[in-house]
Amino acid sequence: MKIDRLSRPATVVAIGALSLTLAACGSDNAVGGATASGSPDTEEVSTLSGQLEGAGASSQESAMQAWIAGFQSSNPDVSVAYDPVGSGGGRTQFLEGGTQFAGSDAALDEEELAQAAERCVSGEAAELPLYISPIAVIFSLEGIDSLNMSPATIAGIFDQKITTWNAPEIAAENPDVELPDQPITPVNRSDESGTTENFTEYLSATAPEAWPHEPSGDWPVSGGQSAQGTSGVVQTVTDGDGTIGYADASKAGSLGTVAVKVGEAYVPYSPEAAAAVVDASPRAEGRPDSSLVVELDRTTTADGAYPLVLVSYSLACTEYDDPADAELVKAFLGYVASEEGQTAAAEAAGAAPISDALRAEVEAVVESIA
Amino acid sequence: MSSSTPRLVRTAQSDPVPPAADRADPTGPADAAGPTTPRTTPNENGDPGRTGTRARPDVAGRLFAMTATGAGATILVVLAAVAVFLVLRAWPAMTASAEELSEGIQWFPEGQTLLGFVGPLIFGTVLAAVIALVIAVPLAVGIALFTSHYAPRRIASGLGYVVDLLAAIPSVVYGLWGVVWLAPRLYPVWTWLADNLGWIPLFAGPASQPPRTVMTVGVVLAVMILPIITAVSREVFLQTPRLHEEAALALGATRWEMVRMAVLPFGRSGLISASMLGLGRALGETMAVLMILSPGFTYAFELLQAGRHQTIAANIANQFPEANPLGVSTLIATGLALFVITLAVNMAARWVVSRRKDFSGAN
Amino acid sequence: MATAAPTTPAPGTGNASTRALLTTADTRRRLTDRAMTVVVSLAFAIALVPLISLAWTVVSNGIGRLSPYFLTVSMRGVFGGMDAGGIYHAIVGTVLVTGAAAVISVPIGIMAAVYLVEYGRGPLARAVTFFVDVMTGIPSIVAGLFAYALFAVFFGPGVRFGLVGAVALSVLMIPVVVRSCEEMLRLVPNELREASYALGVPKWLTVVKVVLRTAVGGIVTGVMLAVARVIGETAPLLVTVGVIDSINTNVFEGRMMTLPVYVFRQYAQGLVPCTEGATDCIATVNIDRAWAAALTLILIVMALNLLARLVARWFAPKAGH
Repeated sequence: MKIDRLSRPATVVAIGALSLTLAACGSDNAVGGATASGSPDTEEVSTLSGQLEGAGASSQESAMQAWIAGFQSSNPDVSVAYDPVGSGGGRTQFLEGGTQFAGSDAALDEEELAQAAERCVSGEAAELPLYISPIAVIFSLEGIDSLNMSPATIAGIFDQKITTWNAPEIAAENPDVELPDQPITPVNRSDESGTTENFTEYLSATAPEAWPHEPSGDWPVSGGQSAQGTSGVVQTVTDGDGTIGYADASKAGSLGTVAVKVGEAYVPYSPEAAAAVVDASPRAEGRPDSSLVVELDRTTTADGAYPLVLVSYSLACTEYDDPADAELVKAFLGYVASEEGQTAAAEAAGAAPISDALRAEVEAVVESIA
Repeated sequence: MSSSTPRLVRTAQSDPVPPAADRADPTGPADAAGPTTPRTTPNENGDPGRTGTRARPDVAGRLFAMTATGAGATILVVLAAVAVFLVLRAWPAMTASAEELSEGIQWFPEGQTLLGFVGPLIFGTVLAAVIALVIAVPLAVGIALFTSHYAPRRIASGLGYVVDLLAAIPSVVYGLWGVVWLAPRLYPVWTWLADNLGWIPLFAGPASQPPRTVMTVGVVLAVMILPIITAVSREVFLQTPRLHEEAALALGATRWEMVRMAVLPFGRSGLISASMLGLGRALGETMAVLMILSPGFTYAFELLQAGRHQTIAANIANQFPEANPLGVSTLIATGLALFVITLAVNMAARWVVSRRKDFSGAN
Repeated sequence: MATAAPTTPAPGTGNASTRALLTTADTRRRLTDRAMTVVVSLAFAIALVPLISLAWTVVSNGIGRLSPYFLTVSMRGVFGGMDAGGIYHAIVGTVLVTGAAAVISVPIGIMAAVYLVEYGRGPLARAVTFFVDVMTGIPSIVAGLFAYALFAVFFGPGVRFGLVGAVALSVLMIPVVVRSCEEMLRLVPNELREASYALGVPKWLTVVKVVLRTAVGGIVTGVMLAVARVIGETAPLLVTVGVIDSINTNVFEGRMMTLPVYVFRQYAQGLVPCTEGATDCIATVNIDRAWAAALTLILIVMALNLLARLVARWFAPKAGH
């Protein structure tokens, strides 16, 4: 070795520096070409700038990515971040002032509403149902794409009372399908989630006899298969044979899905059917005007409604300490509620666009943010 | 990666330093392995500053010594801080009553105390780690023997590096691989086990499908801890005094008999500490378990059935995002339990090693 | 070997049979030996199965997306099934967080090793030695919880930024650095120290100028291996650093993306709903990105390992220095 002892560390450092320099040509401009050519109407210069931070439900993640992308492309000086920490974490961080907005699968409870009143200066919490997504009951059975089931049957299956695919309950509702003599493996979420909460709420509202458990974000039946997150459930159902689970409909992929019985008809999931049930449901009482919380009518018999839906809220304040924050939140939520924003979410996340009537209400609240 | 594995059994270097007299040194392991015996000879460990030409107190020297001592003490401080902050954060859950816990936390089982909740988790954690150990240790001994005594000397260290590569793979990738590749391929094996050995309670069927069971997790964990156990045992096996081996061969022993009579007894305690080290890793593994296991909170021994077991680490990662403050506190309390268990395991491993120093086969 | 005598020769029947007795094993023993050779080799072969299948799964799934573009852009503005997006922000985050962890743990680790080797005496040294080993066993999720608990005291429960993750990783990294540095320092020949003392160089200067300089190669190697060990940690970063889709170069503020977390998040996002006939929509794009990022991560870890070994070779003590 003729290399001088001192020059060796130097070589190492040089190599390191070199690789860093080579790597330092990255950019945030992942879709640069697309924005430049895709939206010529960015001519009307946006004057907004600043940073907007949000956190919350992971169910909204895909839609939020689309919203952020759309919003940032027309407001290039604004940077929006959304951390899918989960609804609970999102609410806590928002109420403590760590973030300017939050996404949550559940509305604020009374205690949180009181906290929100403090956080929002002299304003109130705004709760806007901007993400409506059908939950699909998915299954993996060879050669079968679709089954009809009543809420009671679904409840029986997930409560592990109906244990084979050719059980009379299922057969009676699917006379045209040849059901295999195979055990049913129900799959649920292992983590606490809004999807589970909405699913159990649906079961206990529509089939109280067959589903003896309280609605809860945590799965109440033990001993079945379970997995973390929507993708975990989808993966597990896909890997198995004779498995059945529930997941955000947009992630169902090519799995078989269940058409649920509403009134006398069987309705397959669709964004429109999910939006229909939200329109048919009343608002929760006794909350501030800015709080548009939907009391979902799970037992609806409305034509073409699919009552197994997840409504996820965007939480914000009607008043902020910093007027710049208020302006940003206002602009962002305005975009999210707009037709353009809702279409973006529908395309990216399979969400159900909100109806015009609901949009009018939301826009009124958004306008009041100051 | 071999040198990144903590050396419980302090030995001469495998790779970064040339294998200087690894096996040729007849007095080798006994004194080289002493973890607390510095190699420096006693007399020149006395402070040379004092014996040097300067009489006045050396400020820089003292400062340096203090910095070094401070850094050493920092380790103790960090460890203590880990314990203190975990207790601090876990305190609300530890002092809450059973009702408060099940009221405040959705996933908390009704009417359970904190201990009643942690119990099945500890059981699941230990169970998964023990399965991993049962699979990994014999395999690791085989691999270590292969690279130390069976493979041709020229390629042996290269082969050792191949196994070390397994340690370079992040746990999240193990999780992906376990879910996508391994689990479907293990299902027939588990079905076979359940069908043929189902009379053993451990393998009672029916085997769950997909096999998101503690057994599958055990296999993945075994693969993950294989490199650590292998690396440490290989080092120990290489330390077997040359004379012992040659004596055995001279007595007419076959290669296997030589291994059984000279290498394995010599390496036994090293092997035990290596296994403990692997156990420690397996106990704390998070991502792979999170992605593969269907959790459940029971004391069940049915290894092939899903929804029966859960580990502490995976449960923390699973529930942390949605947890409210009391929930976070409860999870940290379970983390504290995990911390205590791993501490105990590692201390036991250290104890075995220190015993080895006194009663090693080399004396 | 032809004399594999099945009959036991009577003692003292002469030289030849004694020799036969000594040099040949009876059939059972020989078969056992053979069998064990097969078993031991088989063990090695079995270990190759997961390695090869892992490598194959990751490479075959990940190579398709891996491209200069993928490495140099972030996920900002990428959504749905868009055939776009990359991991630059995650690489930056990983480099900065592990770098910060190294900045914290390397000085502490080296000085602690110096203490153990050059100064350590008495109960403190014994305690440090003992607890360094114990510390290597801290589960990564516990390290993450610790960092979270520590910073939550000062910044409130929603705390997420790069430094928190760096502290968590340091807890995992310090013992590894101490361990490897200690071994390297012990390998420095005493003659060097003695020669230095004989010249009247004070102890601390001897340590800095002679001992540490002689061991620098080993120390660099050890540090790199320690970095390689923590760079793939997911769980502690998941609870401390958060996620973001843009580049953040400030470890003191704001969430950061890191490669292992990126892999996990992309996997967790799962399939994308693509409308029939959409051209710019790939249903599996998230999972593809997860595999490609996993491949990148493994390549980085292996590169670090390889580099560490090269460094070790360069700096290996040469005869006659």
